[in-house]
Amino acid sequence: MDNDHFEPTIIGFTCNWCSYRASDLAGTARMKYAPNVRLIRLMCSGRLDPTFVLRALSAGADGVMITGCHPGECHYIEQNYKALRRYLLLKRVLSGLGIEPERVKLVWASAAEGARFASETTLFVEEIRKLGPLNWSKDSDQLSVISDQSDNWSLITDNSSEEVPA
Amino acid sequence: MNPKPKFAMYWAASCGGCEIAVLNTHEKILDVDANFDIVFWPVAMDAKYKDVEAMEDDSILLTLFNGGIRNDENERLAKLLRRKSKILVAFGSCACEGCIPGLANLSPVGDIVYTAFNTITTDNPNEIYPRTTVDVPEGELHIPTLSKVVRPLEQVVDVDYFMPGCPPESHQIAAVIDLVIDVIKGKAELPPKGSVIGVGNSTVCDECPRTRNVKMVKEFKRIQDIAPADPTLCILEQGVPCNGPATRSGCNARCPQAGAQCIGCYGPAEGVIDYGARLITAFASVIDANTPEEIEHILDGIPDPTGQVYRFNLAGSLMKATKSAWEKA
Repeated sequence: MDNDHFEPTIIGFTCNWCSYRASDLAGTARMKYAPNVRLIRLMCSGRLDPTFVLRALSAGADGVMITGCHPGECHYIEQNYKALRRYLLLKRVLSGLGIEPERVKLVWASAAEGARFASETTLFVEEIRKLGPLNWSKDSDQLSVISDQSDNWSLITDNSSEEVPA
Repeated sequence: MNPKPKFAMYWAASCGGCEIAVLNTHEKILDVDANFDIVFWPVAMDAKYKDVEAMEDDSILLTLFNGGIRNDENERLAKLLRRKSKILVAFGSCACEGCIPGLANLSPVGDIVYTAFNTITTDNPNEIYPRTTVDVPEGELHIPTLSKVVRPLEQVVDVDYFMPGCPPESHQIAAVIDLVIDVIKGKAELPPKGSVIGVGNSTVCDECPRTRNVKMVKEFKRIQDIAPADPTLCILEQGVPCNGPATRSGCNARCPQAGAQCIGCYGPAEGVIDYGARLITAFASVIDANTPEEIEHILDGIPDPTGQVYRFNLAGSLMKATKSAWEKA
């Protein structure tokens, strides 16, 4: 597909206390940003289980944006540092799986940074557009080497029903 | 007297360790023979595929299927044994989640075959590579064709029970054999379909006798590089990536008790959707650093993060394989 006409599907995780409010602020201030991101609100970026990211990518997302409070400003004292550590290790694991680590991005945005949230989102969508679709394979059946699922190929050529040995 | 119920065991993409673990139940194997009619077990007795095909559907009471699905022969046998068996057990880590053979999903299958016949120590001057068919005067011969990726049994056929472990511990196998015999005699009931059997319901850490404190790791190391290792202190706390926090209990924490880190052969613990993700969380939470530079420096101590967190579970994980393995032939 031509990447210029490809609309990436992005899953965004926001923190209830800062980045979700930043996106809210961007909305009430009528700032324009790319509509590709689907936001999911968590209580904290520290709630972000890497499973969420893997599930999103394996189920059809082209990129995942993780957002949280700036370091030192976490509502739960220091959970955003945990998110940072998970994110850095997750990126290493993803590159081992042949996924461009740039498909997952961590953005800090405080509740006052609606403009930053909007511009970072638009920037990320453009980055993913350049990378192209991820198209992760979902269907195990297509992996069968038995080309015709209905074939009657038998493991044996002689089909005489001999006695089964006891 | 009623005929004895039938028992089968098959190996697909596996090493044979599961069969040894079954034989390692010592005299319990005599109970299997006393209570079951063993109809198909290629490792232990001579039987042909045609014998299995000739059986009536659902005529085998219990089939222990070990090994993942790597080629068309594995796949056909999985489908055949599913049809012939009342209870199909994914037996051992390979059948449950791909295990070590599942790490082949990190590479396209063409690369794997090429590498196998092309390493610096391989003497292959005429560059001969295996073909799946060959014409001989008597006709065309076939060998099984490799599929793109290794798949756990559940991705190919419906599975009744899962029994993880590489291999499953013999005392757990013995307990399961006892249970099935009790069921046959009407003294017990089978667990609900889809259950993971022969395991504990917690993590390896819960069975581990080592002392656990708050973990703050400044540097990840290999087990052979910590000297002297403290035999009573949590291995992860000593800076060695130990897979215990994500791994299902059931083995009595054998490796940590013997002085080695858990490598995760019992697969994801109860409630864990993606084994690697759980381990990423566990390792990230012990890192004692808050700046990206310092965290990256500490993470450099895990040289192969993907292999570390998906050592046994890659084929059964959410991503299942690398991008190149999906895409290339």
